[in-house]
Amino acid sequence: MEHLLQFYAIYGSVINFIGINALLALSLNVTLSAGMLSLGNAAFAAVGGYTAGILSLRFGFPYVASLAGGTCAAGLVGLVIGLPVLRLKGVFLAMATLAFGEVVRLAAVNLDVTGGAEGLTGIPNVTTTWMIYLVLAAAAYFIAMLRRSRLGWGLVSMREDETAASSLGIPVTYYKAVAFVIGAMLAGLAGGMYAHLNYLITPRDYGFFIAVDLLIYNIVGGTNIWYGPILGAALLTALPEVLRGAGVTAGPIRMGINGLILLLVILFLPNGLASLFARRRSSAVKAGA
Amino acid sequence: MDLLLQQLINGLFIGSVYGLFAVGYTLVFGVLDMLNLAHAAIFTLGGLIALWLVETAGVSLWLAFPMACVAAGLLGLLLNQVAFAPLRKRSDSQFSGLISSIAMAIIFEAAALGLFGARSVRFPVGTVPTHTWQIAGITITLLQVGIVCVAASLMVILTLFIGRTRTGKAIRAVGENERAATLLGINVNGIIAFTFFVSSALGGAAGILFGLYFNNLTPDMGRSIELKGLAVIILGGMGSIPGAILGGLAFGLSEVLTVAITGTSNLRDAVAFAVLFAILLIRPSGLLGRGKTREA
Repeated sequence: MEHLLQFYAIYGSVINFIGINALLALSLNVTLSAGMLSLGNAAFAAVGGYTAGILSLRFGFPYVASLAGGTCAAGLVGLVIGLPVLRLKGVFLAMATLAFGEVVRLAAVNLDVTGGAEGLTGIPNVTTTWMIYLVLAAAAYFIAMLRRSRLGWGLVSMREDETAASSLGIPVTYYKAVAFVIGAMLAGLAGGMYAHLNYLITPRDYGFFIAVDLLIYNIVGGTNIWYGPILGAALLTALPEVLRGAGVTAGPIRMGINGLILLLVILFLPNGLASLFARRRSSAVKAGA
Repeated sequence: MDLLLQQLINGLFIGSVYGLFAVGYTLVFGVLDMLNLAHAAIFTLGGLIALWLVETAGVSLWLAFPMACVAAGLLGLLLNQVAFAPLRKRSDSQFSGLISSIAMAIIFEAAALGLFGARSVRFPVGTVPTHTWQIAGITITLLQVGIVCVAASLMVILTLFIGRTRTGKAIRAVGENERAATLLGINVNGIIAFTFFVSSALGGAAGILFGLYFNNLTPDMGRSIELKGLAVIILGGMGSIPGAILGGLAFGLSEVLTVAITGTSNLRDAVAFAVLFAILLIRPSGLLGRGKTREA
């Protein structure tokens, strides 16, 4: 127990970040499972984070109410952005959400209410580790259930072939909008929790490269199963610490290893590291039978 | 008035660098329908290699420029071989190609960081002769004129090459329909590799000009131009070379005009991305695009 406490004292912040990143990765997974590549989830997290932060700081809302406000604000923005943007496909959807993300980031830099480039400081520090992991568990359960639902199967069928899905009577546009809004709300919730974890949020926390990181977590972990994004986020968030522990302190090497892992996964494990477990399980079933 | 004119001229200079960067970007997309997000990392490495040649190896800039472009082109070949060629037969190649190019971008940036360090570096004084002209109250430096001339001539050569030569025709054929091009006896893999070489060499050239213009090179300097380059090629129409040139100039001018009109540089990028967002919604094929973006 003592060792565990010591471990937590040293690595507590990494553990918290793993939880937040996993939550953000899950939020992207909702749209990815439908084959929609959105690079706007960091911006939704920013909307949620700033809204929750402002509600707590300026209006004295209690924590849960601030989080709810941030989540709803992100969902609302997701709906307003999603309806026009979801007509676009593939790379063009990615670019539109990316442009939206940059506009949000630059708005946060320029507005007074968001505190400009220095960000919003003095947000009450009330998010704790157990809250993060409770929410993460709930979100993971929700995603797992979603996948088994009518909506979830619809999203998968849209990823495989949108025309066929639509001709089978799946309301493609409606399902896309729902997935987009769910993703935005999850991201907003994660953003709000992050804002209350860290005293401050700055526009830098939500740039393009954060959006790309979320994508990387999903790809490395695997997008086809609920624990894939969590696995990817945990591995890649912890990796710098693990490497530091192993004596690798040079920044370029750590960065290069990150890139190398991503490259190897996309080349040789297109369904992510989670497919390793799935494969072993299916071969075990075969061996048993 | 003079100030506005001066700003417009500055916008032209930076716009021509954006255009040169975007031309290489859009070339690969036009042929492969894949977005190469490592283009910005090659841009950075091109600039840093030229700097190393000038500063450490003592080569004159006139020689270092083409040498660094060739080096960038070779990196492009490596990129194609590692990140794009193995995925081309996969059904999700558009998506997985995007991811593997991100992976290569990270590896390239890590290499830049490891080889050249995290600090910002600059070309030694006197690399380019400092000479300025004063015309009607506007200041133009020799460097600026040189940048526009180099960028413009590279873009003209590329346009002629794609439009007039046999290889250029083959590149267009592969972009149009890979299978039909194979049936016509075109060496598709060779053409794709060659396209990567040309695209990356142009990206490297843009990196050198960018480094000379701002006299400041960092391992992450590609990050800001990466997003602008994407905006430029969408503005011009994905895959369209004249569109990329036009988009680059428009983007450069919009930047300086926003600064001139609002009086601050805060909104510079916000206006550009808002325009990009609007274009995607209203006319996703861009200004000069081929108009088949919805299925892409």
